[in-house]
Amino acid sequence: MKIKINKKEYKAKPGQTVLEIAKQKGIKIPSLCYHSDIEPSMSCRLCLVKVKGKKGLFTACSLLAEDGMEITTKDKEIEQARKTNLELLFSQHKEECFDCVYKYNCYLLKLAKEYDVEITRFKDRKTDYPVHRFGPALIFDSSKCIDCRNCVDICQQQGVGFLKVEKGKKEFLNVVPDKNKECIYCGQCLVHCPVGAFEGVGEFEEIEKPFKDKNKTVVFQIAPSIRSSIGEEFGMNPGEVVTGKIATAVRKIGADKIFDVSVGADITTVEEAREFVQRKKDFPMFTSCCPAWVRFVEVYYPEFTKNLTTVRSPHIILGGLIKTYWAKKQGLDPKDIVVVSIMPCISKKYEITRKELFLKNNIKPVDFVLTTRELAFLLKEKKIDLKKLKEEELDDPLGLPSGAGVIYGASGGVMESALRTAHKEITGKDLGNIETKEVRGLDGIKEAKVKVGKRTIKIAVTSGTGNAKNILEKLKEKPNLYDYVEVMACPGGCIGGGGQPMPTDKKTRKKRAQGLYSSDKKKKVRLAHENPIVKELYEEFLGNKENIHKICHTKFIQKQ
Amino acid sequence: MLNHVIEEIKKSELTGRGGAGFPTGLKWELVKKEKADKKYIICNGSEGERGVFKDEYILKNYLDDVLDGIRIALETFKNSQAYIYLNKKYYKDLKPEINKKASYIKVFKKPEGYIAGEETTILNVIEKGEKEPRKKPPYPTQKGLFRKPTLVNNVETFYYISKIVKGKYKKTRFYCISGEVENKGVFELSINKRIETILKETKNYPKFDFFVQSGGGVCGEILLKNELRKKVSGIGSIIVYKKDIDPFDLMEEWAKFFVEGNCDKCVPCREGIYRLYEMIKQREINVPAFNDILNVMEKSSFCPLGSVAVVPFRGLYEKILK
Repeated sequence: MKIKINKKEYKAKPGQTVLEIAKQKGIKIPSLCYHSDIEPSMSCRLCLVKVKGKKGLFTACSLLAEDGMEITTKDKEIEQARKTNLELLFSQHKEECFDCVYKYNCYLLKLAKEYDVEITRFKDRKTDYPVHRFGPALIFDSSKCIDCRNCVDICQQQGVGFLKVEKGKKEFLNVVPDKNKECIYCGQCLVHCPVGAFEGVGEFEEIEKPFKDKNKTVVFQIAPSIRSSIGEEFGMNPGEVVTGKIATAVRKIGADKIFDVSVGADITTVEEAREFVQRKKDFPMFTSCCPAWVRFVEVYYPEFTKNLTTVRSPHIILGGLIKTYWAKKQGLDPKDIVVVSIMPCISKKYEITRKELFLKNNIKPVDFVLTTRELAFLLKEKKIDLKKLKEEELDDPLGLPSGAGVIYGASGGVMESALRTAHKEITGKDLGNIETKEVRGLDGIKEAKVKVGKRTIKIAVTSGTGNAKNILEKLKEKPNLYDYVEVMACPGGCIGGGGQPMPTDKKTRKKRAQGLYSSDKKKKVRLAHENPIVKELYEEFLGNKENIHKICHTKFIQKQ
Repeated sequence: MLNHVIEEIKKSELTGRGGAGFPTGLKWELVKKEKADKKYIICNGSEGERGVFKDEYILKNYLDDVLDGIRIALETFKNSQAYIYLNKKYYKDLKPEINKKASYIKVFKKPEGYIAGEETTILNVIEKGEKEPRKKPPYPTQKGLFRKPTLVNNVETFYYISKIVKGKYKKTRFYCISGEVENKGVFELSINKRIETILKETKNYPKFDFFVQSGGGVCGEILLKNELRKKVSGIGSIIVYKKDIDPFDLMEEWAKFFVEGNCDKCVPCREGIYRLYEMIKQREINVPAFNDILNVMEKSSFCPLGSVAVVPFRGLYEKILK
């Protein structure tokens, strides 16, 4: 099948839209509300094109290619319509841009320039629209909303349905939170909002807080997935692994130490593999390192709370180790240490407020969570261009993970890591082929049967709570369907998290995941239990049950 | 081979009486040709805008013919289920009678709002209570209600189907005449009559200077006295206004109707109509903005509502206000 766009011929596949083809071929068609994760809502009316032989303008996002179709993407009439629609969009969206998540890459402003838009042509009709706050995680400024309803669609797709459309003042339908539901803080609304109406709590007003007290030792720990995504904020390609550059950058802004959450992940792996091997009931066992998933279970499927592994999430474990094991080694009072986690995630902001994770004397394992975007913003504000930096090493010893710890950032990573270690726990031997390809990739639900010694383990890996919901519903019918299930709330896992650079879409998620897998491949140590620092920790500190329990395990809220 | 009923409808050249004027025979043929285990038939009786009240007249006077038209459709399409979709008032008035006379037809109450009468919106309303149009294609004839081929025809169309099959169709339609007239009402006359003639024959031709809004109710086109040699299109309405009426009052009424009746989905219709309403309320038309808004509503709205809503504003501005 062939179509012509602006008189040039292109190959097309049945089912492809004109916008998809144009994007592939680098032909510019403005599209604001389009997102590859959602059915086109066709609401912004910017991707207008003409079809030869047909009257009127069509939206490229919904226009299916037909053999012989001839498309015009640019002429006076099209541009005039786009310009007016942009002006009408701005009539809902006149904002102070300084702390917007799109401050450095606002697509609306870019289009405004390109189409010579008079931004103030119509008065802002949303000045008195409310700001909603969802727990300690998210803020929704409805005065910025342009009513594309991507957030409502993705919230629905996530199986939550917390955001909905409701009739408000002046006969308009507005996006509002449903008072009868609860947000799980996954932040997918945020990464699917084209105009920055959502932001994380503290984004970006509170990013300098960790450095306020000059007398304290500031320790940064970086999540596995941010190393293959943060480069995008500085014009690099998705998937480029920049661990060494991050180390240099955070030292420049005043961090005293930089550790790797992947080391925490190695501990999570070992503990979780052990729990799985020793567990006698409540199968399947669910992973619990994703706080939005944990909240989803606690709020909407409390009967499955007992299936969650009690192992803490990697950054909480590492934070705990920093403030106990490492503090003692350094001769520091844990009260004088500030732990800052750089996470791809919005719900981690909520997780660190959970009291059951606090250490002795109410010390928090992690003091601050900054998202990937927030760290990038902080660097830009300090005029640090990550792309140009040299690479430095992370700090010894909590900055040296195994490859297993790094792949935690992609959906399937936890399962693959745990299987590598569980095999050793069960059989006493390491796996011949340590790569479990069945659990990799961006499919919503991945299933496999894995032979470990004499045992066949039925596993499932899923990302997106909407997919997880399907699994939970199936388990209600068939409780023995699986033995072990990994769930990440965000599509594709943490690489698609609510704290990641935008756009976060199918293409970027794929590349970010590839980055992590290539990083694993390059590591000498690829098994969590083989990581020397992990061995050392178990010998020196995690040998006793009390420490293991205090640092590595938690409990969950069982709602009535 | 196609059903002979469809051949007859095609021969009659009947066009849809819900406003869009699509050839009815062709629509039936499209539904017939689709292969599906189930098909749906919807009789649209959601009228409820200023100047349009002919479906009510037909339902109250000729309900049996309408039901007969629906019955013919049920026989034409294997394994089909029929709905009558009625606005709140007609629903209340007619549900018991329809239930008694044709229990096999489901009577469905239309929710508030103009957009809820649009054919793809009806599908969403019946399926999930959502008042929002669907994208086309796929057309309702291909994937309609519950993704099955669906025939959506207006009340009047079904009435005439019955007439056609009985051999009694004489190329007439129902005209609604209202506004500043002596003899307001519904009149069944030839489809080929000119507005001028219709007004005269129904004893409605005004003695004062006037203009009319013809065709699509609130969306109808504005015609001056010297433009009345046209025929009536759309939904068959003629509304007569005194020439010295305050055009802003009139436009304000329209704009309010659309602001309240649209679905708020797409930018040009949602924001555009709102801005028109604001301008009109302030009695001050910013001409370039006014024209730009009408332009995007007409050319880039998601569904037909945005583009047809343009018609009266543009007409009144060009012919009366300017």
